[in-house]
Amino acid sequence: MTVILKTADEIAASIPDGILLALPPEYAPCSMEGIRALVRRGAKNLRLLGVPQFGFQADLLIGAGCAAEVETAAVTLGELGLAPRFTDAVKHQKIAMRDTTCPAIHAALQASEKGIPFMPLRGLIGSDIVARRDDWKIAQNPFGENDPIVYLPAIRPDATLFHAAKADIHGNVWIGVRRELMVMAHASAAAYATVEEIVETDLLADPQTAPGTIPGLYITAIAEARKGAWPLGVPDLYERDHGHLAHYVELAGSQEGFDAYCEQWVMHRAAAQ
Amino acid sequence: MSRARTEEIMIAAIARMLVGLSHVAVGAASPIPGSAALLARELSGGALRVSLLGRNSNPTFTDGARELFDCAAQGRIDAFFLGGAQIDGQANINLVSIGDPDRPKARFPGSFGSAYLYFLVPRVILFRQEHSPRSLVPEVDYISAPGVSEPNVYRPGGPYALVTGRCVFDFSKKRKRFALKSLHPGETLEDIERETGFAFDIPEREAILETEVPNAEWLELIRGPVGNEIREIYPNFAEKMFGAA
Repeated sequence: MTVILKTADEIAASIPDGILLALPPEYAPCSMEGIRALVRRGAKNLRLLGVPQFGFQADLLIGAGCAAEVETAAVTLGELGLAPRFTDAVKHQKIAMRDTTCPAIHAALQASEKGIPFMPLRGLIGSDIVARRDDWKIAQNPFGENDPIVYLPAIRPDATLFHAAKADIHGNVWIGVRRELMVMAHASAAAYATVEEIVETDLLADPQTAPGTIPGLYITAIAEARKGAWPLGVPDLYERDHGHLAHYVELAGSQEGFDAYCEQWVMHRAAAQ
Repeated sequence: MSRARTEEIMIAAIARMLVGLSHVAVGAASPIPGSAALLARELSGGALRVSLLGRNSNPTFTDGARELFDCAAQGRIDAFFLGGAQIDGQANINLVSIGDPDRPKARFPGSFGSAYLYFLVPRVILFRQEHSPRSLVPEVDYISAPGVSEPNVYRPGGPYALVTGRCVFDFSKKRKRFALKSLHPGETLEDIERETGFAFDIPEREAILETEVPNAEWLELIRGPVGNEIREIYPNFAEKMFGAA
């Protein structure tokens, strides 16, 4: 039974330190209110999995000292350039960085969805990504001859956290076309979502919404958070706030500037509204 | 119509490589290839399907971010585009770091889907506007994706060409090397030799072409419908190139 919580801070309180936490890319809604709540509660030693890539949410968690390890295909702020706290953390070995490639993350999560121990994947051979991953194996295609292929161990995140336009009182979460969120919820031991609104109707009972809905079966807890993806966007609801993100990049070039940003925009709950 | 900028020459050069294809996909941080793909679609009368990642309106894919990769593995994508902080003479690309990756002198976003799509998409067009010994190097510091593979490695795809701010190179899978194809207006062979960190094949002098500059009709398309569409994903690029919306 999905628990309906009152705030993103109650969600953050349910996410323990040290876990493997799967987070969506910026083109699927990110629970920035949930991320800010993790910073507020002083989360530590999180192992972040970018499905498949990161931007602002990882930079915030890294800058605030919440992350010990990052596994992702990329960290970028798009046209705003490099993610400043991530770049600094890698250069000064403040986090362990596990480079990977987008389809390897998707495939390893699919293995977890199916409850199987690994997934083979084409490509990769000869890349330094493979050379530096001692948890991956190059093995033979058991059905072929002289056909090497990479085997990836399943990834089972302890939890995933994302944002969505709406959920219902039964815990069903509507994600529309952003089906990487579906895979993340299936593959993770626990799934948490902040949503713009919780509706009274049953999203699974309506054939228009049912195909784009994660059944409450997979959802551990939800909480309402209006504009919960800000300063990132939610398709069709609100746009990414470029001005605010540019301001962040300016400040976060130094740790002092980053700390000042957090003090103003993260630590005080009302600031974002 | 003002004369073509370097970016527009690159857009036109890439668009010419997409003629006759049925589906091209464009990944992250690719405003020039994205514009080229949209230009090629305009010129094809809509026959070319373009999947622009990061766009929310009119998505091509409905099964999440994995669908692009599954689609490529089935041979349903004809061309893709990759850049590189460094690109070397064997078409290896580096999207990760300079120096020791554990203590990097510079760190870039990461490899994205390159280590996979470079193997599976038949025509991968490399692009890098900065053409200097810093970006085009003898050997990359980190191989995000290798340009060539051993014969037993499954690889229907790979590098097709490299388009820079100065010239166009073709890539020969057989020779595992680039060959100079055309010089952008104002560039000489000597400029290219001086500014390229890797060795490459040079055809007879008279066989070196000048990169065709987009004509008025193409420029109108680039600055009109193409610019308007690319603005959704790359507002800064569009503003710099085509002015405020």
